[in-house]
Amino acid sequence: MPTKLPATDAVVVGLGWAGAIIANELVDEGLDVIGFERGPWRDTAKDFNIASVPDELRYNARQELMLRTAQNTCTMRNDVSQTALPMRSWGSFHPGNGTGGAGNHWAGITFRFQPEDFRLHSHLTERYGRQAVEAANLTLQDWGTDWEEMEPHYASFERVAGISGKAGNLNGTLQEGGNPFEGARSIEYPTPPLKQPYGPTLFAEAAREMGYHPFPVPSALVSEGYTNPLGVTMGPCTFCGFCTNYGCANYSKASAITTVLPALIRKPNFTAKTNCEVLRVTLDPSGTRATGIVYIDASGREWEQPAELVIVAAFTLENARLMLLSGVGEPYDPITQRGTTGRNYAYQTANSVQLFFDDKNFNPFIGAGAVGMGIDEFNNDNFDHTGLGFFGGGSIRVTPIGAAPIANRPVPPGTPTWGKEWKRATVDNYLSTMSIGCEASSYSQRGNYLSLDPNYSDRLGRPLLRMTFDFPENDLRMAQYCTDRVAEIARRMNPRQMVEKPMKGHWNSGPYQSSHVVGGFVMGSDPSVSSVNKYLQVWDVPNLFVVGASAFPQNPGYNPTGTVGALAYKAADAIRRLYLKHPGEMIA
Amino acid sequence: MKRTLLTLSAVGLALYASLGAVLAHAQGATEYDQVEKGRYLSTLGDCAACHTAPGGKPFAGGVAINTPFGKLVAPNITPDDETGLGKWTFDDFQRVMSEGRGPGGYHLYGAMPYTAYTKVSEEDNRAIWTYLQTLDPVDHLVVANQLPFPFNQRFTLWGWNLLNFDKGEFEPNPEKSAEWNRGAYLVEGLGHCGTCHTPKNLIGGDKSSQFLEGSVVDDWYAPDITADPHKGIGAWSEQDLVDYLSTGKNRFDIASGPMAEEVEHSSQYWNEDDLRAVATYLKDGRNADAQAPTPLAAEDPRMVSGGEIYADRCAGCHTPNGAGVEGLFPRLADTALVNGDSAASLMRVVLAGSRAGATDAAPTAPSMPAFAWNLSDEEISNVLTFVRNTWGNAAAPVSPSDVAEMRETLEQH
Amino acid sequence: MSEKSTPVRGVTRRQVLTSGAAAVVLTASGRASAVTIDGTPQWRPFDHNAADAVDPSQDWQFFTAEEAATVEAITERLIPADELSISGREAGCAIFIDRQLAGFFGTSERLYMQGPFVNGTPEQGDQSALIPRQRYRVGLAALDDYCRRQHQARFAELPGESQDEVLSGLERGEVPLEGIEAKEFFSLVHQNTMEGFFADPVYGGNRDMVSWRMIGFPGARYDYRDYIEKHNQKLDFEPLSIAGRSGWRTQG
Repeated sequence: MPTKLPATDAVVVGLGWAGAIIANELVDEGLDVIGFERGPWRDTAKDFNIASVPDELRYNARQELMLRTAQNTCTMRNDVSQTALPMRSWGSFHPGNGTGGAGNHWAGITFRFQPEDFRLHSHLTERYGRQAVEAANLTLQDWGTDWEEMEPHYASFERVAGISGKAGNLNGTLQEGGNPFEGARSIEYPTPPLKQPYGPTLFAEAAREMGYHPFPVPSALVSEGYTNPLGVTMGPCTFCGFCTNYGCANYSKASAITTVLPALIRKPNFTAKTNCEVLRVTLDPSGTRATGIVYIDASGREWEQPAELVIVAAFTLENARLMLLSGVGEPYDPITQRGTTGRNYAYQTANSVQLFFDDKNFNPFIGAGAVGMGIDEFNNDNFDHTGLGFFGGGSIRVTPIGAAPIANRPVPPGTPTWGKEWKRATVDNYLSTMSIGCEASSYSQRGNYLSLDPNYSDRLGRPLLRMTFDFPENDLRMAQYCTDRVAEIARRMNPRQMVEKPMKGHWNSGPYQSSHVVGGFVMGSDPSVSSVNKYLQVWDVPNLFVVGASAFPQNPGYNPTGTVGALAYKAADAIRRLYLKHPGEMIA
Repeated sequence: MKRTLLTLSAVGLALYASLGAVLAHAQGATEYDQVEKGRYLSTLGDCAACHTAPGGKPFAGGVAINTPFGKLVAPNITPDDETGLGKWTFDDFQRVMSEGRGPGGYHLYGAMPYTAYTKVSEEDNRAIWTYLQTLDPVDHLVVANQLPFPFNQRFTLWGWNLLNFDKGEFEPNPEKSAEWNRGAYLVEGLGHCGTCHTPKNLIGGDKSSQFLEGSVVDDWYAPDITADPHKGIGAWSEQDLVDYLSTGKNRFDIASGPMAEEVEHSSQYWNEDDLRAVATYLKDGRNADAQAPTPLAAEDPRMVSGGEIYADRCAGCHTPNGAGVEGLFPRLADTALVNGDSAASLMRVVLAGSRAGATDAAPTAPSMPAFAWNLSDEEISNVLTFVRNTWGNAAAPVSPSDVAEMRETLEQH
Repeated sequence: MSEKSTPVRGVTRRQVLTSGAAAVVLTASGRASAVTIDGTPQWRPFDHNAADAVDPSQDWQFFTAEEAATVEAITERLIPADELSISGREAGCAIFIDRQLAGFFGTSERLYMQGPFVNGTPEQGDQSALIPRQRYRVGLAALDDYCRRQHQARFAELPGESQDEVLSGLERGEVPLEGIEAKEFFSLVHQNTMEGFFADPVYGGNRDMVSWRMIGFPGARYDYRDYIEKHNQKLDFEPLSIAGRSGWRTQG
């Protein structure tokens, strides 16, 4: 039996982006808030010392900042006919751990989704007709919200994170040099675009010649000293190239630890409890009211923390798992399509084209997770899908993330993996190879979902999360089409050789693709196909909010974090303005 | 530095809680004003810094203060009859503040900065006393004197006072403005700036002729804060001084070490007029015409090595040209911060790292990472020598043995 | 970090949350054995989080002398000495692998290692119950067994060309090994050899940053603001290790 602690106003599970943002907003409202984090407290100077952090073996190869799979992992299979097996080390995606969460080791690409994305099913039906949408055999849904409601919260997140970039649409007026496909923004980016390395510059020239509209990739790596509305200061990015999968030594990469927690931790009505893993959300006997959470501390002792308000913001996978473990909502059944907990899990479809040159030097070690140039002509529904046989698209861009050589040694296909010939090819191509990526949409389908695993459990005996996922036919067609478009640009850049890599075949849990796991506890306006309303409030459990990319009903061709941050502000705003006036009730 | 940093929130709430007690006891507006004034003055004087232990009850004593002669512990100053000041009268308190002598006439040790507090007016002392009387009495026995023999013999202090103590209330300079005089009163009196910033003689007394010219305290260098343009605050504007004291940061520097605690506990709560007065007074200080020395030649092998290390370990934050980033990474180029007579603070922060102060206005609390594990004594001395003699800076080189000594000292703490 | 000691709350909290029944009680009771953080955590002098550097002069930490000789021979062939660089063996790859196996990598202690262990689809990844230490111990013994059977000599004693043939056979899965899949064994040794050759020298391989010099990687440098817009130019940096570089030394 867990020992019961004195009650508090609100508990927040997870101190990454979403949890830290909401905790800060609730604390400012005057609530007593306790934030729980299963990992350690992370501190820039201690954990990301400039002399120890540029270490590829430790951070990239050995995954120092990721959740240890020994603590918690998930099982995977491609379809319901298979037996899921555990991911014993992380490959395809990289869940974080500790304060800041995956926001410490993320790349920092911070797009807003487009207005159409929030009503995707309606939009596609209006444009292409019901029949075409049904033929795609997907489970696309609207989000229950719209651009007008989302925009102010995107602005809040961009301001707190100091996002660098160039607006393409400021209050409805298109801006030269920005992304013309973005929804109307109320603010310019808080910091100007980063300087560009050679590869993105070449790409942008080629794209421009072809009539496209290249723009600097919006980035959570600030381009100059920046003090956010919480008074927290960040420093300019130095393009060190130890970014994705690393923590940042010079306070340049926005994360909860560099933007929110320094201010939050000082507030007297906030307490952080680290190395505490939340085991479940407790419900009253009616199942319609959360009474708090149960957690286990570092010594293995269990505690119950009662609270009037429970916020779960523990990354997509743990959000879904905690709801399944706590009996919140009905588990999704892919056969009957009943139940909503675990429904509409989706991912990201990663494609690329690699370009080998003889006469160019890209200095590929100069880079950052989110410096580069992109185009959006082939993203989402920015192009006419009539007759193409698929929906969706991708963000095409060149973002040199650095080139530490354990993982980054491009050689042409067919090169031996060792010996003299391997070495020659490695030396010849290291500085003169670049790649164009296409981070593309992942649309939900009936058989892709999250559930509890019947065979494998964690170190505490709780079932692991089971992921059943494969790329829908729709997405594989999209991947080929979009990669062909990338190849056209690549060809114009005139490389010696190029290699097209569209996503093909089954989803493979081994090679890294992206950590953009989404869905499983999705938002919407219809409780029969969604778990939370547009305020991230759980249907039928009004004092429980589940926040994160778990709420995405499907994933557009963008990185998710900007929208995760916006949803966190959206939920916090709803709690502050609406819920607290009528606590214990669904927000109308 | 043995004192643990109190969190701002703890102090803020402690003050708030005390105020609750005050309100309960207060009899009328006059007394309320007097108590509020005393509370503000006790914040000006940063009494809590020494008299409130980390996690302890406010003003119940218990902070150990390291002196060159041994350890002293600040006593309980709540009105508890047995362990605090419950049986004291105002006259007892006034004698402590103005003469450094307790009831019965015993001498206080110089860790209680009565050489500065002697300048505080009796009127202000009365307000502080009134405020202290409103505190909750806390039963907490503190053994204040933990010095080894012979320094534990209080009679030795009689001789000390003879040499070091210039007793008497502050006397305004009629030639100067009221603002200047208010600044002088604060700097020389309750603010007790000289306690850290004035060089000490062999027995720990102030070298008054070098008032505010910088001194090493607890292995930190409390820099020169005269108007010296090279190594003092001569290049800072009044606004720079106000920013620094009220937020812990300005366009040059961020408070760290003991000064960060001072800002967190004390000067961030000073009112604007008092901050401006202090700035006016300090800007009008001595040494405004001091000349900078000649920097070391860039070809000096120590400079060459130091420049390479700077590029690899320091430039990422402090920027390649030493400009830094305001509010985050202190400026190193052409700045008094690095030109001080002593490199103690510089060696210390490179070796052991340090967290900058945090205030509501500037909550970031960035930290200098520790390099003791990564850089040798020679490498640290070279990079500091480089920083102290580049971009308009000029100061004595740092030797590897200085770094070794500091490394050893810090490791013993 | 400070353990919270006194319940100083209640000043700012609002009461609006209680939806009727439950009143919020704020008195302290049992204290959890967790790290509880209130306020900016204090800086602890010397605090850092650096990995332990390897001392290459020490004896083998995991390998037996025979095993070490085999691994050295493998790393000599996988990364041969030529005009571009010294060999993987000379760069310290075997020392690197030995130290990795001696640490958490060798034991899989950070990984989910609960059974059942079943072979799945290729998409389900590595499902072996063998930890890296076992993979080396079993694989190296089996390799020598194979070489003795085929060539009447241990792997390390074979001429280079024969060694290359055996390694190619392992890579293709055509050399049968007792107790471990040849491909699984080869891919681990190959992975670790490359890690050793290209990782920071503090881990025991990549001696004198030889691989970084070879390809033009500047190592652990952290500031390219002055270089990012120098497009298409060879920059020729002296590489930097976590442990520093020769340019740091005081010359003369």
